[in-house]
Amino acid sequence: MVNANPQSHYVGPGLVQAEVTRTLSILVDNEPGVLARVIGLFSGRGYNIDSLTVTETEHEKHLSRITIVARGTPAVIVQIKHQLERLVPVHRVRDLTDEGVSLERELALVKVVGKGEKRNEALRLAEVFRASVVDTSLEHFVFEITGKASKIETFLNLLTEVGLVEVSRTGIAAIGRGAASM
Amino acid sequence: MARQMTGAEMVIKALADQGVEFVFGYPGGAVLPIYDELFQQEQVKHILVRQEGGAVHSAEGYARSTGKVGVVLVTSGPGATNAVTGLTDALMDSIPIVCLTGQVPTHLIGNDAFQECDTVGITRPCTKHNWLVKNVNDLARVIHEAFQIARTGRPGPVVVDIPKDIQFATGNYVGPSNIGHKTYKPRLKPEAAGIRDAVELIASAKRPVFYTGGGVINSGPKGSQLLREFVRLTGFPITSTLMGLGAYPAADKQWLGMLGMHGTYEANMAMHGCDVMINIGARFDDRITGRLDAFSPGSKKIHVDIDPSSINKNVRADIPIVGDVAYVLEDMLRVWKAKSPVLDKPAHKAWWKQIDTWRAKKSLSYKTSSDVIMPQYAVERLYELTKDRDCYISTEVGQHQMWAAQFYRFEEPNRWLTSGGLGTMGYGLPAAIGAQVAHPKSLCIDIAGDASILMNIQECSTAVQFDLPVKVFILNNQYMGMVRQWQQLLHGNRLSHSYTEALPDFVKLAEAYGWVGMRCEKPDELDDAIKEMINIKRPVIFDCRVAQLTNCFPMIPSGKAHNDMLLGETTDEEVGRAIGKEGKVLV
Repeated sequence: MVNANPQSHYVGPGLVQAEVTRTLSILVDNEPGVLARVIGLFSGRGYNIDSLTVTETEHEKHLSRITIVARGTPAVIVQIKHQLERLVPVHRVRDLTDEGVSLERELALVKVVGKGEKRNEALRLAEVFRASVVDTSLEHFVFEITGKASKIETFLNLLTEVGLVEVSRTGIAAIGRGAASM
Repeated sequence: MARQMTGAEMVIKALADQGVEFVFGYPGGAVLPIYDELFQQEQVKHILVRQEGGAVHSAEGYARSTGKVGVVLVTSGPGATNAVTGLTDALMDSIPIVCLTGQVPTHLIGNDAFQECDTVGITRPCTKHNWLVKNVNDLARVIHEAFQIARTGRPGPVVVDIPKDIQFATGNYVGPSNIGHKTYKPRLKPEAAGIRDAVELIASAKRPVFYTGGGVINSGPKGSQLLREFVRLTGFPITSTLMGLGAYPAADKQWLGMLGMHGTYEANMAMHGCDVMINIGARFDDRITGRLDAFSPGSKKIHVDIDPSSINKNVRADIPIVGDVAYVLEDMLRVWKAKSPVLDKPAHKAWWKQIDTWRAKKSLSYKTSSDVIMPQYAVERLYELTKDRDCYISTEVGQHQMWAAQFYRFEEPNRWLTSGGLGTMGYGLPAAIGAQVAHPKSLCIDIAGDASILMNIQECSTAVQFDLPVKVFILNNQYMGMVRQWQQLLHGNRLSHSYTEALPDFVKLAEAYGWVGMRCEKPDELDDAIKEMINIKRPVIFDCRVAQLTNCFPMIPSGKAHNDMLLGETTDEEVGRAIGKEGKVLV
């Protein structure tokens, strides 16, 4: 649920800012409970998450990278960043959207069931979207597609017409452009 | 060369190495090895409470009155869950607490074992950080880290959950000096640019006000001392939150009294009308700001806070300064003195003149009585008769707490122990016990309400066992006074369940615990009774029967601005009109 005026629990006109969507990259110690701390912070303080991915990225240093796509007013986004930085196992928080256009990719596995012309159309769509077939029988395909979330969204919308039955998406992985690293 | 010892030995050794004198705790199955080690040494003393909630509040009282970390030791399951309220309380009020909890052996974790609960899961949102120790070789490091995190930066509670097999296992002990944290590095020193801008703005102010909070107290004695120096140097008015009382002396002429929902008229009007607000170590809590969009509309705001997430959370700061209050004030004073700015004296004179007209309203005045003891009068007399003594005052939560904040005047920091953020009824008695443990010769008084005191009344037994002569001064009106006040003002005086029909006889209750019980019902007997209470060298419950239906004023009705205050002479109808539909839904 979106708090209409997250600046204040006091009802009243107040200044209501428009919501924005931001991609945050969070470098954390990969220790037990660290994901729960991050998620708990979002649910406990009423922040909105659109997408979340996490996995260990530097094995020797036991560092994990969490990518969160968060939605909120600019003031709330700043709050989210500060609140995340308060968590003890958090090394760094970067607002990738704030630093220019970041590279964002998502992977989806998509199952389509059908026969005849619908099946042919599904295959044609997969070619257009450069999705690859990773599993098939005479009556189904599993496609693998990688790309921006919006591309996957479009692909899925089209597939609903030709027998889409199941989707598994990874959520967004993101990285900043240029030579600088986190 | 690291020393080999069992986990239980490590716990005691780590506490001793951290300089811990007292642990507040309650034994149970999952902490028996640690209790066995406690038994075999004398350096760390254990205060046996009567319920784990009492242990945490006692540790809070100890911490708040000494500036040291409060330490708690409880068992698994119910021991840990009973501690949750205290941990949340400490988190809200930024009190440093290290809470050690026992846990079922590692191989039973997740099996719904006897007295098992997911302690780190349950306490994650109510601690600054927590750990489950699954390897005995990590234990000493984790405990030292726990102390470091609890006491530094914005202080707060931490939990170290220790399974029973880890307490028995043998491993390497490391001392506190070997601890360096990878990620936890709180910022203490402010950036120079912010200080420069702040000094410039303060120097140019025409209607300035200092608004200070618990951050000053948490910064240590130096924080208060530098605050006093800076405020006197500027000659500006100063007000404080509930948590900040005592940082600036209440007897000083620049002191406006507490601000906020039950703050003084002059403090709130000064906040509303100021052109420069200097917030030092306060967090723009909703009890302070009232209606946000009408909060101090014409002012530029400087916000000093050690926690970056406090800045711009509720109120936008024009000049944000992240740092520890003492460091910030030190820098500010240095820049101020180097600059020796020319202040707008005529403007300040006019501002003080304006403030004096607000003061003339005498917003804390109340209708006196010669028949019944007015609760405000009781606190005033308690203050007058104890002010020259070495005193620590704690409170429970409700009307009595606000009257204590309004009428007991604090000259020094760390003397005022109250549950501000969480508003925990039952805080005051264990907190007074904690303060008394730290200051055995001082006079530790819990100003209580008749409802709140029953929430942790079992701690009376702790006071007796450890010869702690705390005083519980109950403003007994037989109601949950603040609940009743809100029901009267907001819910058509339908007093739903706010009257305590079967209160105990507090005098007999005191005696049953081995305390001294006293009762006073007449205003002209009050002074003698208070003097008698002070002179008793044992714990005392003082049942002060006060006027039943007194309301706590002044009051900013919920959802209203600082300049919409209700004063003592307001009628119920006026209050009803003052609080609109929108205000009703607020707490």
